[in-house]
Amino acid sequence: MTGYFKLDGRSIPFQPGQTIIQAAADADVYIPHLCYHPDFTPHGSCKLCSVQVNGRICSACTFPASDGLEVLSETSDLNARRQKITQMLFVEGNHFCPYCEKSGNCQLQAVAYHVKMLDSHFPHFFPQRPLDATHPDVLLDYDRCIFCALCVRASQEADGKNVFALSGRNINKHLIINSESGTLKDSDIAAEDKAVEVCPTGALLRRGQAYKTPIGQRQYDHQDIEQVSLQQEKAHDV
Amino acid sequence: MSKKIRIATTSLAGCFGCHMSFLDIDERLTQLAEAVEFNRSPITDIKQCSACDIGLIEGGVCNADNVHVLREFRDQCKMLVAVGACAINGGLPAMRNEVPLEECLTEAYIDGIGIENPVIPNDPELPLLLNKVHPIHEIVTIDYFLPGCPPSADEFWAFLSDIIAGQEPVLATELIHFD
Repeated sequence: MTGYFKLDGRSIPFQPGQTIIQAAADADVYIPHLCYHPDFTPHGSCKLCSVQVNGRICSACTFPASDGLEVLSETSDLNARRQKITQMLFVEGNHFCPYCEKSGNCQLQAVAYHVKMLDSHFPHFFPQRPLDATHPDVLLDYDRCIFCALCVRASQEADGKNVFALSGRNINKHLIINSESGTLKDSDIAAEDKAVEVCPTGALLRRGQAYKTPIGQRQYDHQDIEQVSLQQEKAHDV
Repeated sequence: MSKKIRIATTSLAGCFGCHMSFLDIDERLTQLAEAVEFNRSPITDIKQCSACDIGLIEGGVCNADNVHVLREFRDQCKMLVAVGACAINGGLPAMRNEVPLEECLTEAYIDGIGIENPVIPNDPELPLLLNKVHPIHEIVTIDYFLPGCPPSADEFWAFLSDIIAGQEPVLATELIHFD
C-alpha cells in the first residue's frame, strides 16, 4: 500500500511495507532513535522514536505507515518524554563520558545533546557490572550497554553468527554471550563484525582504536545526530 | 549603578578543572568583574558563604563535609548551579562506586604498592567518606546545569552573560558537551 500520512502537518509519502520512521527518513525528517537501524529488524524497545499516531503513542520504528495517519513527533510533550527516557538510560547504567573512548562518536550521547539533556534528573543506580576484556580485539563494557539489542540482531542478520542475546529482567537485565565460558574470547565474535560496529554506545568496542581520532574532532562533536543520521540514511538508500 | 550580582563558588569532589576553565574566559573576566562580586570562593578565600545570587558547585558529593558545604550553598544562594560532569553525575570520582569503600581504603592505604606504615587515616579532622559518590542533585535542589568535563569557557560565559543580562540562561546545542 502506498499513500501519504501527515507528520507534524507535513505530507509524507510511503512505499509498501514501510514503517513511519523509514518513510520519515526518506522524506528527510529525523525521528530520534537508538535501537532502530535501517539494516535490521526493528526492535521497538528504546522508545525514543515514540510518536503520536492518531492520538495514541506508538513506536515509529515498528508502526506501519498507512494512508491518512495523523502523526505528531516534534511536540513539546514528546520531546520532554524523549529527554526523560534518555536520562533514564543514563542513570540505569554507568555512562561517564569523560572517560569513555566512544565519547563524541556515541549515539546515546549525541541523542542526549539533541534532546538538550543537561543533567540526569533521576537518582543514579550505579549498578555493579563486569567488564569483558577477554578478547584480544573486542572489548565489552557492560556498564555502557543500553539493551538496544542491535548487536544481537546484527550478529544474526548480518554476520551469520549468534553471539549475543538479552537475558534477565529489570535492573538484572543483561547481555549474554553465546560461548562455553560466557565470555567473548570463546565466542565467534570478530573485530570486523557488524555487531561490534553497530553498537550505539561504548559497550562494544574495537580494541586498539581508542583515541586515534582526538576528542573534539569526532562525528557528533560539531554535528547534530539529526544531520548525521539523515546523511547515513541517504548513503544507505544509495 | 545597580547592585552587583553576588557569586559563590566551590569545588566538592572535583579536581578544580571547572574553576580553571571558568578562568579561561580570559579578558572577559574584566567585563565580569564590573557586573559581579565574589563571595565564598577559592578566588577570594572567603570561608563562609553569605547571601548570594548564584552558587556554582563543581564536583560531586563524596564525604560528610561536601554535604555540609552543599547545604550551606543551597541555604545561601538564590540559584544553585551544578557545574561539570562530577557535580551532574558523580564523574570520575564515582568510578569508586563499583568498589566497596573498605576495599578502596585498603587498596589505597594498606595493600597498595610501595606503602610504608600502612594505616587507614582516621584523624577526627578528616571528613568521613560516604559509601558512594553522589551527584549533587541527589542531595539538594539544583536550578541549572552546565555539563562538560570541564564546561568550556564559552559555556561559562554564555551562562553568565545571560544572567548578567537578566535573562533565563539557555545553552546553545553546540555548547552542550559531556566530555
